[in-house]
Amino acid sequence: MDNIIEVKNLNYTYEGYGDMPPVKALKDVSFNIERGSFTVILGHNGSGKSTLASVMCMLSEVDSGEVIIDGRCVTDESMTDEDIMDMRRRVGMVFQNPDNQLVATIVEEDVAFGCENLGMPSDEIRRRVDAALETVGMTKYARHAAHKLSGGQKQRVAIAGVIAMKREIIIFDESTAMLDPMGRREVLDTIERLNKEDSITVVLITHHMEEAARADRIIVMNGGEVLCTGTPNEVFGDPERMWAAGLDVPQSTELLYKLKKAGFDVRIDIFDPYECAREIDHAMRRMRLGGETGGKS
Amino acid sequence: MASLELCGINYIYNKGTPYETYALKDINLKLGGGITGIIGHTGSGKSTLVQLLNGLLRPTEGKLLLDDEDIWEKKTDRLREARFKVGLVMQYPEYQLFASTVYEDIAFGPRNMGLSDEEIKERVYAAAKFSMLSPEVMTRSPFELSGGQKRRVALAGIIAMNPKFLVLDEPAAGLDPGGRCGILEGICNFSQKSGASVIIVSHSMEDMAAYCDRVIAMASGKIVMDGSRSEVYGRADELIGIGLDVPQVTRIASALAERGIDIGRDVYTVGYAADMICSAANIQSSDKTN
Repeated sequence: MDNIIEVKNLNYTYEGYGDMPPVKALKDVSFNIERGSFTVILGHNGSGKSTLASVMCMLSEVDSGEVIIDGRCVTDESMTDEDIMDMRRRVGMVFQNPDNQLVATIVEEDVAFGCENLGMPSDEIRRRVDAALETVGMTKYARHAAHKLSGGQKQRVAIAGVIAMKREIIIFDESTAMLDPMGRREVLDTIERLNKEDSITVVLITHHMEEAARADRIIVMNGGEVLCTGTPNEVFGDPERMWAAGLDVPQSTELLYKLKKAGFDVRIDIFDPYECAREIDHAMRRMRLGGETGGKS
Repeated sequence: MASLELCGINYIYNKGTPYETYALKDINLKLGGGITGIIGHTGSGKSTLVQLLNGLLRPTEGKLLLDDEDIWEKKTDRLREARFKVGLVMQYPEYQLFASTVYEDIAFGPRNMGLSDEEIKERVYAAAKFSMLSPEVMTRSPFELSGGQKRRVALAGIIAMNPKFLVLDEPAAGLDPGGRCGILEGICNFSQKSGASVIIVSHSMEDMAAYCDRVIAMASGKIVMDGSRSEVYGRADELIGIGLDVPQVTRIASALAERGIDIGRDVYTVGYAADMICSAANIQSSDKTN
């Protein structure tokens, strides 16, 4: 399997200060992320998700363990500052608050900011900015004032800034959390398109279980440890484990789980409302048939 | 019970310029009692409405009556009173914490109301209890707490002023399911015990469905729906039409109805849906055997 990110036995501690004891944010965390995949990281507040994101972006140094990005161990002591800078150019990050990550007053200038810092020639920047705005569907707003956009639009501009720098991996740290349902849909559709059409490896940290159900793989963090990893079907197939970790499952799964407990013969790893309705419908038909044969015998 | 009434309110941004826009148009609304949810997509006027409620914004036209008196009436001190009676918890209130200890932060409001130290202490501890903060955190710096705890400190700061109306803009946004539940339970608890009316603005249709007695939907600066939650959620197609979402379980109920399994249109919580489906199954199987 072609892994673009490998995390091995990672440990991370936040130093204590004042009378606060140190906090172990990551405990022996290991997992792999396949090239071109869409991975979601779930976990309650304080479970280590954001620490993990900052480690994968090489923004924090770990206590022990390895982070291997595209075959290169970035936690190795032999890495020079320049090597690190080089590796950082392969991973982009989009944060939670749409108002905290736009730096310019005009949309296209904001998108160009990263490229300008990389010292690209201006015609190259022009090309990349136009292409990036096109990808996120914001071409129409290129000359608009950034602060007047909606939250979803601002996040798409932030994403365009990352795309313009041609990052192979993009980590979204709760980038949909502050948006309304429409904004969330816009951003999530954009993320999926980047993943499917441009083969960008996507890591999305979220609290929305419906978003997680759209991923290829889910990693569930709990108290600094990996609780489980798997496809959405595998992870949400065990709702009790999720609830115990202070997490949720999509409502479809919760409903099917309740029905199953009440005696319905249903699968519970279904996330689409229509498929969920079909599963219930079929189960009811089977129950009716079962009831009839039971009555005759 | 205290009442808050909006009469013929218009709110216009950039009035008299080419950019003139109506953020609120002809709002007539009476609030008071229970938990009211306000839903609407970004730009629908929810946040403008909320800021009118305690006099942070002054309506361009119309009146805001608190206990039947206009808060913008010049000769009285109604405005100051409105700020105390209507407690507003803004979006991401944890960014507004500032004191060196949790206790001092919660005590800020009551202190400004000119209460005695004894009373302040009483209020602070009562508010902390509603917000489910343990007494141990009182001496800690609010900046050392987790996101969910910080949010609860900010909520306690408003509750400590003992408002008749508690207005919250996206109180649970960005919290994990446990934190979300904690903060919403705290709000319900306060409302029940103190008799205060609660107004929650949120994008989370699931949370609103679970906690609100009354739901008001806004679109383009106007109120488009106002009713019990089953009335409003029963109009799923219209909600989707104005750019809102409905809980996933409501969509499942519609999908079931298309398949001839009618468990009603006003399904918005998973528990209720499960009960309805179970009884539908029983009825149908007993119909067959009869």
